[in-house]
Amino acid sequence: MVLQPSPRVEGGRDVAIEPVIEARNLTKRYGARVAVDDLSFEVRPGEVFGLLGPNGAGKTTTVLMLLGLTEPTSGEARVVGVDPMRDPLEVKRHVGYMPDTVGFYDGLSARENLAYTARLNRVPRSIATARITDLLTQVGLVDVAEQKVDTFSRGMRQRLGVADALLKDPSVLILDEPTASLDPEGVVDLLALIERIAQERRIAVLLSSHLLDQVQAICHRVGIFYKGRLIAEGSVRDLATEASRTEDVVEVGAQAHDGRPAGVEVITATLRGAPGVASVAPDPDAPDRVLVTGAPGIAGELSSALAAAGLRPIHLRTREERLDAIYARLVHAAAEAPVRPPRPKRSTTRSGPGARGTTPGRPGPRRARPGRAGRPRPDNHDDDPGDTAAGEPG
Amino acid sequence: MNASTPGPAGAARARPRPENRPPSGGWRIVAAKELADHLGSIRFVVLFVVLGLAGASAVYSVSQQITSVAAGVSTGQSLFPLLFTLSASDIAAATQQTANTPLPSFVTLISLLAPLLGIAFGFDAVNRERADRTLPRLLAQPIYRDDVINGKFAAGLAAIGIALGAVLVVIAAWGVIQLGVVPTAEDVARLVVWYVVAIVYIGFWLALATLCSVVMRRAASSALVAISAWLVFSLFGSLLISTVVGLLAPLSASPTNSEVIANGHLQDALTRISPDGIFQIATQAILDPHVTAGILTIDQRVAVVQQGAPGSILSLDQSLLVVGPQVLAIVALTVVCFALAYIAFMRQEVRA
Repeated sequence: MVLQPSPRVEGGRDVAIEPVIEARNLTKRYGARVAVDDLSFEVRPGEVFGLLGPNGAGKTTTVLMLLGLTEPTSGEARVVGVDPMRDPLEVKRHVGYMPDTVGFYDGLSARENLAYTARLNRVPRSIATARITDLLTQVGLVDVAEQKVDTFSRGMRQRLGVADALLKDPSVLILDEPTASLDPEGVVDLLALIERIAQERRIAVLLSSHLLDQVQAICHRVGIFYKGRLIAEGSVRDLATEASRTEDVVEVGAQAHDGRPAGVEVITATLRGAPGVASVAPDPDAPDRVLVTGAPGIAGELSSALAAAGLRPIHLRTREERLDAIYARLVHAAAEAPVRPPRPKRSTTRSGPGARGTTPGRPGPRRARPGRAGRPRPDNHDDDPGDTAAGEPG
Repeated sequence: MNASTPGPAGAARARPRPENRPPSGGWRIVAAKELADHLGSIRFVVLFVVLGLAGASAVYSVSQQITSVAAGVSTGQSLFPLLFTLSASDIAAATQQTANTPLPSFVTLISLLAPLLGIAFGFDAVNRERADRTLPRLLAQPIYRDDVINGKFAAGLAAIGIALGAVLVVIAAWGVIQLGVVPTAEDVARLVVWYVVAIVYIGFWLALATLCSVVMRRAASSALVAISAWLVFSLFGSLLISTVVGLLAPLSASPTNSEVIANGHLQDALTRISPDGIFQIATQAILDPHVTAGILTIDQRVAVVQQGAPGSILSLDQSLLVVGPQVLAIVALTVVCFALAYIAFMRQEVRA
């Protein structure tokens, strides 16, 4: 058993560890609506991959296609080396799945619910009883094992869902919106649980969410998903680096010299023409402030511009680059792609050069690379998964 | 087949897997769970009590009447089936007495109430899994998709069989005590055949309710539609049929033979459409060895007249021959209805 995933052998399919999830050009149409558009990605054993995107981006559809519960219009998937459309049972035998807003039979106890899942997976009763107790202990529900599930809170249900998905001893765990509608404490608990399971069991975890900053902590790699397309893929750090080089977002608040706060309109008017400023908008979180988007390191420029206009900056903070900011910008860019030039290409850019010119609005050249589908990335970044996986404590 | 060839990832992990058995029989696991749910449910208890009370009161009133007129029954025929097929008012009318209870016969009551059993165990079979959001989780387990609907249907049938069988056995035993007559082997055989046909008939309603639960998102609308169908067929069915027959083939004040035959033919044709009508005919013919004019179709009546004098007693196999088409029609109705539910379920998207 290979404990440390070694980097991929470049340019070949004979990699040290095969991906356990492979999506190649997956497309799903419902009538005229395209739910998933030419999606390609891979997840390796021991890796936590976050599929991030707003509601309706096609995350659940993707997950259902990977499980063989929905037929792709075109493209194909491989899960644990099996085509989910050809042999869904084999896939379902190895994939633990927690649907978004997971439900249980309310009239049954937690243990009875899990026992049913165990029977459906043909886990022998002698093994099942001990395994259920073990899993309920892991998710912290062993004290309420005999209680009916209708008394459970959302967080307890989600944790029971994780136990349910692990019952078949899966090699892949697919969690659809695991943190949705949980309270902050519940989110932290659940994510810690998922992270621990991924490390202890060294299984691949595919995690879909629209709550980006919550899941970024535990994802080795993320794919940002918008309107059925993967618009960016890579580690959170890479995406952050890339995005922060592109532009800064600065919170600005200012006073007039008499000490009264300067109005948002005044600040906006002052800064709009300043060099390097791309846009100025009111800060939705603070009534007296504006958000300035502009070239990296623009904060200094803004300070002088304010001073020149006779205003005193009282608040000037460059926003930390978090995943949600990157995400918002990427989504914004994707939405406007046909009219706006895409993000500048850099060495860290996830998409290869050349494709944008031919297909505006489609940031991936995935079709242009047969055999390398799903890795539309320059070769010097192909060792990312190896790096991140190797960085885990075993 | 596939269990022996794990994917590359599975091979790399090389964990011992207990799941080596072939993936067949998933429906049995689903059915066992569903049946346990049914038997523990309040609706089962309620239906069981309603069915039992209705049957018991019908049989009680009849047994009182039968013992009072038992002397008038010709020898060589069993009283036992009469316990189920006759109503107190039938006997009262036959003996020019006034009926003390307006209760219909046991089989009429059961055929009226039986659809409720089918509807109760089917109307929320699939849409409840959707409402509880357990369907995606269930379908993500290594079972075939049709295992779910097959298992649910089998569990429903089993629950119905248990309820009806228990009521039948208890009431038959009680009737024996009341009547003081031990049933013959043929009596028991007739009752068993009727029981099987009744289950298939209730299976039709179960399949119809299951179809509603697949097509309709909400359990309430599914139940409403299924109950409406039951009302139309069971209660207003005969009323509608006689109205239509009266309009299309009216009988004059002194009807001619051709008028009577045309009227009868139309009535038969329309009754054949109604599952309730078919079941009534099948019930009478199976349980009652007397071929009385009122319960057979025109064609069968003619056949009986040709083959023997009216009023003769048929053996069980002859009764079955007479009623074969009806039994087949009930089976066909059930199969078609379940097939529709099956196809609808298989074609449905997992997410609502």
